[in-house]
Amino acid sequence: MDLARREVAAPDAADAPEVPDVADLVRGPAGPEPDATAVAPRSRVGWVRLALMAVPAAFFAVFFGYPVVAIVGRGLREGGQWQLGRIGQVLSDPDILQVVWFTLWQAAASTALTLALALPGAYVFARFDFPGKRMLRAVVTVPFVLPTVVVGSAFLALAGRGGVLDEWFGVRLDTSVWAILLAHVFFNYAVVVRTVGGLWSQLDPRQEEAARVLGAGRLTAWRRVTLPALAPSVAAAALIVFLFTFTSFGVIQVLGGPRYATLEVEIYRQTATLLDLPTAAVLTLVQFAAVAALLAVHAWSLRKRESALSLVPAEHTARRPAGAGQWVLLCSVLGVILVLTVVPLLVLVQRAFGGPDGYGLTFFRALAAQSDSATFVVAPVEAVGNSLAYAAVATVIALVVGGSAAAALTLPDTRRRPGGGAFGLAQLVRGFDALLMLPLGTSAVTVGFGFLVALDEPPLDLRSTWILVPLAQALVGVPFVIRTMLPVLRAVDVRLREAAAVLGASPLRAWREVDFPLVRRALVVAAGFAFTVSLGEFGATVFIARPDAPTLPVAVARMLGRAGESYYGQAMALSTILMLVCAGVLLALERVRIDRQGEL
Amino acid sequence: MKKHARRAAAATTAVLTLALLATACGGSGGSGDAKTVTLVTHDSFAVSKPVLKDFEKRSGYKVKVLRGGDAGAAVNQAVLNKGNPQGDVFFGVDNTLLSRPLDKGVFAPYKAKGLDKVPQRLQADPDKHRVTPVDTGDVCVNYDRKWFADKKLDPPRTLDDLTKPRYKNLLVTEDAAGSSPGLAFLLASVAEFGEDGWQGYWKKLRANGVEVASSWEQAYNDRFTGSREGKGKGDKPLVVSYASSPPAEVMGVENPPEKAPTGVAKGTCFRQTEYAGLLSGAENTKGGKALLDFLLSKRFQEDLPLQMFVNPVREDARLPKLFSKYGETVDDPATVAPKKIAEHREQWIKTWTSLAVK
Repeated sequence: MDLARREVAAPDAADAPEVPDVADLVRGPAGPEPDATAVAPRSRVGWVRLALMAVPAAFFAVFFGYPVVAIVGRGLREGGQWQLGRIGQVLSDPDILQVVWFTLWQAAASTALTLALALPGAYVFARFDFPGKRMLRAVVTVPFVLPTVVVGSAFLALAGRGGVLDEWFGVRLDTSVWAILLAHVFFNYAVVVRTVGGLWSQLDPRQEEAARVLGAGRLTAWRRVTLPALAPSVAAAALIVFLFTFTSFGVIQVLGGPRYATLEVEIYRQTATLLDLPTAAVLTLVQFAAVAALLAVHAWSLRKRESALSLVPAEHTARRPAGAGQWVLLCSVLGVILVLTVVPLLVLVQRAFGGPDGYGLTFFRALAAQSDSATFVVAPVEAVGNSLAYAAVATVIALVVGGSAAAALTLPDTRRRPGGGAFGLAQLVRGFDALLMLPLGTSAVTVGFGFLVALDEPPLDLRSTWILVPLAQALVGVPFVIRTMLPVLRAVDVRLREAAAVLGASPLRAWREVDFPLVRRALVVAAGFAFTVSLGEFGATVFIARPDAPTLPVAVARMLGRAGESYYGQAMALSTILMLVCAGVLLALERVRIDRQGEL
Repeated sequence: MKKHARRAAAATTAVLTLALLATACGGSGGSGDAKTVTLVTHDSFAVSKPVLKDFEKRSGYKVKVLRGGDAGAAVNQAVLNKGNPQGDVFFGVDNTLLSRPLDKGVFAPYKAKGLDKVPQRLQADPDKHRVTPVDTGDVCVNYDRKWFADKKLDPPRTLDDLTKPRYKNLLVTEDAAGSSPGLAFLLASVAEFGEDGWQGYWKKLRANGVEVASSWEQAYNDRFTGSREGKGKGDKPLVVSYASSPPAEVMGVENPPEKAPTGVAKGTCFRQTEYAGLLSGAENTKGGKALLDFLLSKRFQEDLPLQMFVNPVREDARLPKLFSKYGETVDDPATVAPKKIAEHREQWIKTWTSLAVK
């Protein structure tokens, strides 16, 4: 099983019973399964599931549901009366409608453009072997985990005034909507490459070959054989890209100019600048409705497109490109990656090292020196330390919450127990799954301000404590953990455990010897994702009044907001450090990923 | 699986318990013990470490700083937490936002020591002293000296100058809806041309090719030819920025030039004054008062310029050399009463957006 299918990015794999899961793939077409109740009494399974669901449910209720409801309620209630008239009022404002329209079409256009540019990339990563592939896969993922402030400035360095494109071709995009669309591609390229490419690399090429032998043309074979098999993962990737671009904030702020605003930007304006909570509340509800509808459509479309796939280990399908056509394809994909990802990142690094007197460590030294005297400048070591510490705590929380959610979602329902209740249960489970995705589609300022108004009474007065930062980060990390853990947990064959029991192993020993080794690597990968995502989380973290221990992204944003070359260079220097830390974690993940592939 | 699950459940409970414990121990809702005083502020707040240490040593209080985003977000957070504040003192509300927290009763009265050294006109609440002025900063049009010298053109000096044909397509400002200098520049035009005249001014400015960037960062770092981070790649030699931007350009440069590379058009300035206040419902009122005194102390006031690039409000505070050499003093900046700003801000921004952006 390829790791990429287990990412964020692969809600299809999560939507289980219909999706062919790894266990099915290993065993072949699913026969009647042993009734789970044979292992554990039905009631006990129920209780365990309840206990498992209680953890994530409590976490989301307290740290997501309650704060969001509190801030929205504050906006819509006045003097104890619900002001539902506000909804119609806000929604009939032409300016707001324009924002909604722009949000929708730019998300659709960004998604289409990302798919168009990244699908060839997915193919190349899936089917071709070339030197530096692993490294490159980590590199294209770096923008995805970088905070949007840094992505925005990296992208300006590429497509902005005096950027690389300007110098080479005289092309400038900084004031057009194209800048936004391309930045979204830059951001989400990896989502498509990893989600679709992951599956593509495991599709058995012999199927397509068989179709061709039977007389189908190249295109027909691809359309009739490969495309249907890929469709669910393409849909999943499209969903994630749409979700991310629909709620885009930082990119629009940096590149959009005052003309373009998404709902997210408008919510920020209404909340943080104007304190018009009623309008912000209505917009939050609109965003919620849109995201919920999106998740629903996705779940529905998945069910319609199920097909059993014949998968093979990825290393059997990739080969060196042969023939001019394949080389041209490989080179053009590498070209796109070079221009869209590598160059902006390199420009960032170049600006970090390019001091007023030539290249050197001027800005890094300045960071270290100034931090001794002033509270404003954060020593890089300290910012890295803060970031790592927060991300570590956030990872633990995300793993515990996401892990138990994933475990609850895999408990037998699921094992298609005949009889009543199972259908309702499956629905419940799927709803729960979608619910846990909601934070990805919620405005950061809503969550940040929600924390402020909701968590203000003992024993939950967390407003001025450090724990709020990792909690906010964990909200974003949990969906990633679930996406990573689910397919693997589902793949653990019950019969292995039964066999261990028959051979005399205690349940604990069976868990240790059977489950744990299978789940361990997925756990490591999930931890890695939660960690990098927490490292880059910027949104909610900024809107929480934090004790003075800024994380890297926050420190970068602070520096960017000051005049003077020195601060700008230091911001770039800090961004470079952040990039290196992210890239390091991602490369380590690539190693785990490679190990895995030989196994399943 | 079940074991695993149970373990996970146990671990979560442990983590959540720990989190709550940490909270309880960390002191909730500001300053749990009387020895800590909590300052709630925005992301730009800065102070020299030795200066802060000195206050902590003399007063016996430990200072905890909470930062909550940009100035607007931080003020709004304080408003939302009215009566049950996150800390004891809030610093960083300026005259463009002051009415909101004052009207909502966010601040409690306290007359800080040293207020007699502050010019009367800066005191926004002279009767009750709910807020104390701490610093001022002027938002002005900055120009690139070299660009104008090369073109043998005199830089503009007043708002009216900016509408003249010789300055066509040279100015970049910021979005008044989302950027504080952008709003200040709009207010400068309101102060200059009156509530009914500023719209006409912006029509002329628009016709003269004013460009609007979404943020100060973008306008200054990317578009302005005079900022060194732009590396000369910007295209606008005029930008709406701060009167303190020229000294900032020189700060940290190894061989400082005789003159700052950028200058300030003195007739285009709007004065922002930043205030601090004791939060009503603060746990450590006594410590909060001491902290307010500190913010107005000569030591802190003289530390301000190089830390936050603003001017002290105390008349007896000496400016650092960087400021006295490269900075420019603006004698007669425009300003608009906070009450008036509060009444009209949203309408002005809406009108401005339709005039300048759409």
